[in-house]
Amino acid sequence: MHLAYPAVLAALLFCTGLYGVLARRNAILVLMSVELMLNAVNLNLVAFDVWLRDTLHAGQALTLFTIAIAAAEIGIGLAIVLMVYRNRGTSDVDRLRDTAESREPDTTGTTGTARPEVAA
Amino acid sequence: MSTTTLAVLVPLLPFLGAVAGLLLGRTAPGFVRPLAVLPALAAAVLAVLVAVRQGGGPALDAATELTPTGSVPIELSLHLDGFAALTAVLVATVSTCVQLYSTAYLREDPRYPSYAALVSLFTSAMLLVVYSGDLMVLLVGWEVMGICSYFLVGHYWETEAARSASLKAFLVTKLGDVPFLIGLFALAADTGSFQITDILGSVAAGGLDHPTVIALLLLAGVAGKSAQFPLHTWLPDAMAGPTPVSALIHAATMVAAGVYFIARLLPVFTASRAALLVMAAMAAVTMAGSALAALAQDDIKRVLAYSTVGQLGYMTGALAVGDRGAAVFHLLSHGAFKALLFLGAGVIIHAAGTNSLAAMARMDGLARRVPDAFWTMTIGLLALAAIPPFAGFFSKEAVLVAAENAAAGHTEAVPAAAGWLVLASGVLTALLTAAYATRLWLMAFRGRGAAAPDHGRQPLAMTGVLWLLALPSLAFGLAAVPLADWFDGGQLTPTAATTVLGTGAAAVGALLTYGLWQRAVAAAAAGSYRSAEPVPASVAAAESAAEAPEVAEVTHDHPAVPAGPAPDPGRALLGPLYRHAAAGFHLDAVYDRLFVRPVRAAAGLVRFLDREVVDTYVGGAGAGTRLLGNLVRRAQTGNVQSYLSALFAGAVVLAIATAVLANLNAGS
Amino acid sequence: MTPASTALATAAAGAAERGFLSPTGVEIAFVLVGLATLGAAVVTVTTRQLVHAALWLVVALGGIAVEYLLLTAEFIAWVQVLIYLGSVIVLLLFGLMLTKAPIGRSPDADSGNRWVALGVAAVAASALVWVVVDAFRTTWIDLDGPVQGSTQVTGEVLFRHWVLPFEALSVLLLAALIGAIVLSRKDTADTAAAPADATDQGER
Repeated sequence: MHLAYPAVLAALLFCTGLYGVLARRNAILVLMSVELMLNAVNLNLVAFDVWLRDTLHAGQALTLFTIAIAAAEIGIGLAIVLMVYRNRGTSDVDRLRDTAESREPDTTGTTGTARPEVAA
Repeated sequence: MSTTTLAVLVPLLPFLGAVAGLLLGRTAPGFVRPLAVLPALAAAVLAVLVAVRQGGGPALDAATELTPTGSVPIELSLHLDGFAALTAVLVATVSTCVQLYSTAYLREDPRYPSYAALVSLFTSAMLLVVYSGDLMVLLVGWEVMGICSYFLVGHYWETEAARSASLKAFLVTKLGDVPFLIGLFALAADTGSFQITDILGSVAAGGLDHPTVIALLLLAGVAGKSAQFPLHTWLPDAMAGPTPVSALIHAATMVAAGVYFIARLLPVFTASRAALLVMAAMAAVTMAGSALAALAQDDIKRVLAYSTVGQLGYMTGALAVGDRGAAVFHLLSHGAFKALLFLGAGVIIHAAGTNSLAAMARMDGLARRVPDAFWTMTIGLLALAAIPPFAGFFSKEAVLVAAENAAAGHTEAVPAAAGWLVLASGVLTALLTAAYATRLWLMAFRGRGAAAPDHGRQPLAMTGVLWLLALPSLAFGLAAVPLADWFDGGQLTPTAATTVLGTGAAAVGALLTYGLWQRAVAAAAAGSYRSAEPVPASVAAAESAAEAPEVAEVTHDHPAVPAGPAPDPGRALLGPLYRHAAAGFHLDAVYDRLFVRPVRAAAGLVRFLDREVVDTYVGGAGAGTRLLGNLVRRAQTGNVQSYLSALFAGAVVLAIATAVLANLNAGS
Repeated sequence: MTPASTALATAAAGAAERGFLSPTGVEIAFVLVGLATLGAAVVTVTTRQLVHAALWLVVALGGIAVEYLLLTAEFIAWVQVLIYLGSVIVLLLFGLMLTKAPIGRSPDADSGNRWVALGVAAVAASALVWVVVDAFRTTWIDLDGPVQGSTQVTGEVLFRHWVLPFEALSVLLLAALIGAIVLSRKDTADTAAAPADATDQGER
């Protein structure tokens, strides 16, 4: 099999995931897109491992590790999203703008979104 | 002790006295007077000793090099000849007299310690100039004198006049010092040395490449220091300082430094006929102009200041005709009688309570109040007017004889035109000098009106000094014959022709003034019958006007005030010139037009450029940064996705660039 | 000469003989599954229904598992199915539910950044594809011979050479577990404010 097939597929999947990360509003959808990117990388790793016939099978081992790390990441990420949702009432990425530069340099006025209710 | 050691001690003692005076002035006020007088006295004694040992013999040179200074060595060196020895005696003597006089004159002044220390420092600097055999060391003394003069003129810094006068004195003399310094460097570059003896040797061997340029540059510095036209304007204003300072600095010593300097380096000047002509013209203008101005001044000290300028003109004239013996002779006698005149004027001002001659002319019996000042001033004025047998007569005759010699073409290397110029202006000035001396005497001592206020007897320190200085004014002229050996050996005794000419002119001037004064007094007396009691008001007006001559002039010319104008022979003598002469021929106004206003305009321009142009750039830099900051601030939306987009876009661009470059490199 | 380099040499030799226009059966299957995967992924990132996105993600991840199989990496394929399809998707669905994601089409699923995102993604994709194709168009993967990703092979490699990272990873997973619990558990200290807040949000 040509190496170009899995490599191109991986590249396209990665860019799809990239688009999702940049374009999606909901934080959970962003996490899904991150999963897509991770899988693209995994595919690449496996394809090259198979191609190289590595005696240590580094590609496959790293793929397994990546899957594990992705699982951990999704767990932590979802926990964070849940907490943000609980505190802010939304999980939209583009509404979490507390770090925005305020219009007036001297006053620390509110931005477009409401200030967080001080719960935590 | 060797003569050299003594000579070193002469400038050193006043210097140490000055340092000690400055250090101890506050903590130990009791030591201030001894510290002021004793070093000066010791320096005077030592200077006399040095003069006796030197004895008019061949020049004595001693030098020590402190540190290597490159291609042209600078050495601490002494050059003792007849000129140096005698001038040092004059400086030290006058300075001692002034210090003695000051102890009485400034006895209630809170700043006396610093004043005395500065006078000591000044004396030390002048003695350094006199004795130094190295031009750089001479320059050090020269500049120290300049700064001391600045401080001393500004002694009464509470008054606006003193402040501006000190600043003016400093600036004008520095204006001359810049070309002076360049001239010194040019001289050293031409001759390869700062040593006076080496320079003179090199000049004698014809080693001077640019004599005219160097001489004119040096002449500028001399004109500034010796108050020659056109840089003389600071000297009359410098009378804002205490009277002893005027006596010391502005009559006997500092202004003499310039003349003395030319006398030292006369061969450099005679190497250029053009420079001599310029010097002669300068001397002639200075002499005649200052004598006319002196005739119209109301402030007694300004009269004397203009007279100083004129007498310095005589010295410069003598140098212009190549006779330094006559110049230094006149310097010595003038130093004596002018110091006497100034100190006497100080006593009179003390007694009369005013500087104004017009006010004095309305006082009766001023001469009886201060008999010592009256007699010594009379001697001094006679000497100034060059009436035989006083000192001024002999020295002035020496100058006129030298000029006559040059005019007749007896003097080599001196253009005859310079001789005629100096001779003509000298005779004219002799007339005018006698006239203003007579006017001063008449107005100060022959006043009619209210009785002079009684301030009690003057202290002995003041009157004694006057008599001390009266001696050389009386008899110094007799030293003309032996003195010739101390100088270049030229004849210093008067000849018949010049005697008749000079004395005749002086007599004419004096008699003319006396006659005019008689008429003026008669007219004033006729006027004063018509008004009952106008004197106090006009005295007050004159007193207030004494500080500002222009105002005084306006007041005096006012015809509506009867008996206001005091009988002033100068007014009649000068006629329409009087107004201009009183203002110093408007030279200050001319300078104001020529220099002050352009400088102010330029400063305004610079200010405009700074405020409007440079500041705009500065402000623009700030505003630009602020604008950019606002733009960048707009990018900080807080939206993580846009940040990430920018990050990835950048990464992609970099990756593409890398790939393209790698391909290009691989392809090539 | 190492085995890897021999494999490289033979693969290069094989690729030289075979062009893209005469694909093998495995290749056809790979491309078809790949197209399906890519399509599912694109739908995942573009659909306006949030739950559908998660379900399309299942398709995409499953497609990748099939690709693993086609690349003879059996074990990873099953791990993919187990972990991704089995747990990650479930977690994501839970997350969607817990954040009260709207069921049905939501018009604001995409942020205003989408055109920038599209540009960046397109440029990145073209650059990557170009580079990858340029680099690997003649490279051939020899899928014949012993299976390289069987459970036995992977197990041997993993527990012989990669034990230490494996154990370290277990610590990481533990840490992630604890972290997730700590983050998501409701703090008893702020029960006064948080439940009211939660109910307030719920009514909205």
